[in-house]
Amino acid sequence: MAHRPTGRTPRGEVLLSLRGISKNFGAVSALTGIDLDVHAGEVVALVGDNGAGKSTLVKVLAGVHQPTSGTITFQGRPVTMASPSAALDLGIATVFQDLALCENLDVVANIFLGQELNPLRLDEVAMEVRAWTLLHELAARIPSVREPIASLSGGQRQTVAIARSLLMDPRIIMLDEPTAALGVAQTAEVLNLVERVREKGLGVIMISHNMEDVRAVADRIVVLRLGRNNGVFTPDASNQELVGAITGATDNAVSRREGRIQAGRAQAEDAL
Amino acid sequence: MTEPKIQLDRGDSRVTHATGLGGTIRAFFNRVKAGDLGSLPVVVGLAIIWSVFTALNPIFLSPNNLVNLLFDCSTVGIIALGIVCVLMLGEIDLSVGSMSGVGSAMVGVLWVGQGVPLPVAIGVALGLGALIGAAYATLRNRLGMPSFVSTLSGLLALLGLQLYMLGSTGSINLPYGSGFVNFGQLLMMPAWLSYALALVPGVVMVASGLRTNARRRAANLSAGSSGGLLLKAAITTAVLVAVVAYLNLGRGLPWMFGLFVGLVVVMDYALTRTQWGRSMKAVGGNAEAARRAGINVRRIYISAFMLCSMFAALGGVMSSARLASASQQAGTGDVNLNAIAAAVIGGTSLFGGRGSAWAALLGIIVIQSIANGLTLLNLSSSLRYMITGGVLAIAVIVDSLARQSRQSHGRA
Repeated sequence: MAHRPTGRTPRGEVLLSLRGISKNFGAVSALTGIDLDVHAGEVVALVGDNGAGKSTLVKVLAGVHQPTSGTITFQGRPVTMASPSAALDLGIATVFQDLALCENLDVVANIFLGQELNPLRLDEVAMEVRAWTLLHELAARIPSVREPIASLSGGQRQTVAIARSLLMDPRIIMLDEPTAALGVAQTAEVLNLVERVREKGLGVIMISHNMEDVRAVADRIVVLRLGRNNGVFTPDASNQELVGAITGATDNAVSRREGRIQAGRAQAEDAL
Repeated sequence: MTEPKIQLDRGDSRVTHATGLGGTIRAFFNRVKAGDLGSLPVVVGLAIIWSVFTALNPIFLSPNNLVNLLFDCSTVGIIALGIVCVLMLGEIDLSVGSMSGVGSAMVGVLWVGQGVPLPVAIGVALGLGALIGAAYATLRNRLGMPSFVSTLSGLLALLGLQLYMLGSTGSINLPYGSGFVNFGQLLMMPAWLSYALALVPGVVMVASGLRTNARRRAANLSAGSSGGLLLKAAITTAVLVAVVAYLNLGRGLPWMFGLFVGLVVVMDYALTRTQWGRSMKAVGGNAEAARRAGINVRRIYISAFMLCSMFAALGGVMSSARLASASQQAGTGDVNLNAIAAAVIGGTSLFGGRGSAWAALLGIIVIQSIANGLTLLNLSSSLRYMITGGVLAIAVIVDSLARQSRQSHGRA
């Protein structure tokens, strides 16, 4: 695991700032008073248990859901995102957990969906070249860009979805569980990609259940619990702290093992 | 042939690529086996239908009967073209028959009854179609009303409007000898023009194919073989010239059919080569994905329903010219189902996301061949309805089976 200095000051200005974001679905409050900042050139990991509101928050930022209350500030200006295209226009690109690809269209059509070159006379050659360039940048292994998405594996679909999000040169890219369906090599590749994106000065919001992945690339780890902020951690926070913040319980399997290990050490020291 | 580096799209050794003529033909058979049938079932079905009818009554294949067939195809075919648009989204418009009846009544009432100039009357009919289509789409977008229900109520409401417009007389005769009625019944292209038009597809195929191949090579992408391209163009041209020559043995190629094919070509271009067409397929395949990609899904629905109702109105206008009358019977009976059946038989999926403008052309030729052949055999319309219904059922079964096969072969 790459070692990262603690308390690293984010470079660049605040790109995105959320204050008091709430979202209700009927009687259910999926999000309550969420605050979140994303700086340019920073990877923010969003972690939390199932139902913590991570995906809802991503959908709010992607313009899929509108927040019930709260303000979103993007590059210093308060913004409302009434639709996914509004978010895209601002420069917030999203890779959704369910990928949101059209299975009946081929890879090129999916990457350029809604952003086709030359709308009145589609430039298929230029689009195919750009698609291959994006896929090669990701070191992707896609057999053919002219096959419908239905013929691709889960990992290949993930790669297509990520390639699509980069097409528009976004300011912020959000990845919802980007490595969940990927093999070892592809996971490493996606994490490399996240680093590359950060080096370009983009803000990255990454949702993951995999603490290894989170620690490998995140600059800050934001924990959500039951739709509320539950602490911000640095990547070298202990597993115990993180799991405690995520589950809200200080007594769990991780903490008990940690306790046993420390007790064992103490005994060993006593014995010496 | 020297290759400086591996082509962009040939970097993966796991994929087999069709090379040369033999490869192209093998790829075709593999596609069919995987359930990507394209227009194959239609062509096979058409061959069977034509052989049977010719065996039963040789007049069926006479040039003049085929010319009549083309006239009949044009009116319902234009309606089917609109149906392709809504089916592409996985929606349906059940009111196209009534809408075409209103279109024909509009021409009768405004042009013959009120003395309004014909182009204005046609314009009003199309405008009303656009309005009705926008209403269906709005009901769907804003209220979530399934198009099945909204257009079913539209079917009855528009039929009422048609009856109201025609009033007590029940039918309005359009003047024989007017250019409009001639267009619907008599007007043929000059032979030289029909031959020239038969050459156009082949020429366009070769020109655009060679240009695309050159651009692909310049961009370091693999390009198709020029031999295969020339062969395809040659076959197409030969078939078209033979058809035109055969029709010219009779009355010739109707202008009205020319209009229909022209509309098919325009729609095919719009559906396959423009951003709008791409968005249509995307919405039909996965509306939520399309929305998240920034496509204005509501606008796509509006455009499809408007086009469908406008094509229906235009089809009605053309059928009034064909029949030289605007009557209460226009657009009733089997018009509705024939239009929908044509689109489905031609290969447009009822499940959305798949289809082409050519489906309307191929499908309507099948449907009208059956109607025409049965009429030649002096069979009553009762039997005709039953047989057409059976053919529609078979077409939907083929569609469903092909869809299952596509899913298991990963072809969506």
